[in-house]
Amino acid sequence: MEKRKELIVSAIENGTVIDHIPADKVFQVVKILGLDKVNTPVYFGTNVESKKYGTKGFVKVSDKYFDPEDVNKIALVAPTASIIEIKDFEVIRKQTVTIPERIEHIVKCFNPNCVTNKEHDIPTKFRVKYVDGKLRLVCHYCEKYTSEENIEFI
Amino acid sequence: MSISLKNRSLISISDYSPEEICHVLDIAEDFEKNPHQNLLNGRIIASLFFEPSTRTRLSFETAIQLLGGNVIGFSSTSGTSIQKGESLADTITMVASYADLIVMRNPIDGSARFASEVSKVPIINAGDGSNQHPTQCMLDLYSIRKTQGTLENLEITLVGDLKYGRTVHSLVEAMSHFNAKFNLVSPVELKLPRTVKQHIKDAHLEYEQFTELEEVIPHSDIIYMTRVQRERFPDPLEYEKVKNSYVLRNAMLANAKPNCRILHPLPRVNEIHVDVDANPKAYYFQQAQNGVYARQALIAAILGLK
Repeated sequence: MEKRKELIVSAIENGTVIDHIPADKVFQVVKILGLDKVNTPVYFGTNVESKKYGTKGFVKVSDKYFDPEDVNKIALVAPTASIIEIKDFEVIRKQTVTIPERIEHIVKCFNPNCVTNKEHDIPTKFRVKYVDGKLRLVCHYCEKYTSEENIEFI
Repeated sequence: MSISLKNRSLISISDYSPEEICHVLDIAEDFEKNPHQNLLNGRIIASLFFEPSTRTRLSFETAIQLLGGNVIGFSSTSGTSIQKGESLADTITMVASYADLIVMRNPIDGSARFASEVSKVPIINAGDGSNQHPTQCMLDLYSIRKTQGTLENLEITLVGDLKYGRTVHSLVEAMSHFNAKFNLVSPVELKLPRTVKQHIKDAHLEYEQFTELEEVIPHSDIIYMTRVQRERFPDPLEYEKVKNSYVLRNAMLANAKPNCRILHPLPRVNEIHVDVDANPKAYYFQQAQNGVYARQALIAAILGLK
């Protein structure tokens, strides 16, 4: 018998599918992108079977496309994610996210004594570094490290 | 190729290449021979100390006077517009319109880098919180080169609070350019952070960690002492256990190498016993004096006068 294959949630006509999100990061992605505040339909799933990763999560957002700054935000919590843009039910662009070498304006410095936390309106800047395989954001100003578990988005 | 540091702010020691650092040290050597040089000829240098400092401020201001310059600024924020809530950006922008160069100490980490981005004149960081103190590093390097004749292939022993001591961190980073071997002597609670050790690893150099000082003295070229502060220990009993392990006494130097010198960023409290002071290997007071030459060199180089 032919194995029945069906979509878990319906396809979207226009918008963005964010696929291959680590299963435990879906709600974080939703929050980071402010999808809890949009008026267009948003579908999401988690602990979905994935051939590549075992389990995964996904988010489908109708009538919305993301700019590069938003994609960077996703890359920090979901480095395996792919961003698929849909128009008239067709895939028009598919890209995997990559963590950029520099992160600007989107993450708070973990050091409470950093100038970016002490003075108003100084945009944060970080260099991305891996120490013993772990992601570290090195503050351009105070040179202190913000580790992955301490990342807080602005 | 000639090296120019004109208009180059110094925020972190890593802003300058090893060649540029050596260039500054060469200029400092010249100032040591001839400290009175009227190169500034009445130019104005701002000395902005947002928190008190003794040695750093006085040695900068001495350096400026020896160069024939004038100093404007403040030695604490009391009575300034900063207390009225003026932003750092506004203070720096205003002062940059009065002075040719700004020397700044500020208790906020990263304030110096930020200041260098808003200022139209170069900034010399005289200490930004717990982050960087590159002019201290420059005078440490000057003292090492002067006493050893070279910066290359030395065995450097760092003693005390290696976790929080920013002078130690900068020195490790800078000496990693010069094929040093590092002996790291500290209580386990105050070991050198992994991120700083990474500089040594990146340069493929050797380091060893110790908890006792005496065993490393006989092979050290430089012994760099720092203060172990009681308040760094969550448990006061732990401090009591280790506090005497990191006190250098004259008798401990009996087997030290003839070229060995003792450095300390000062102020010392009790980590170097006063009986060391008379030993010719004690170099910490000359080290502080070298700060004037190193700072003269930086000011002259950054203003394009050397």
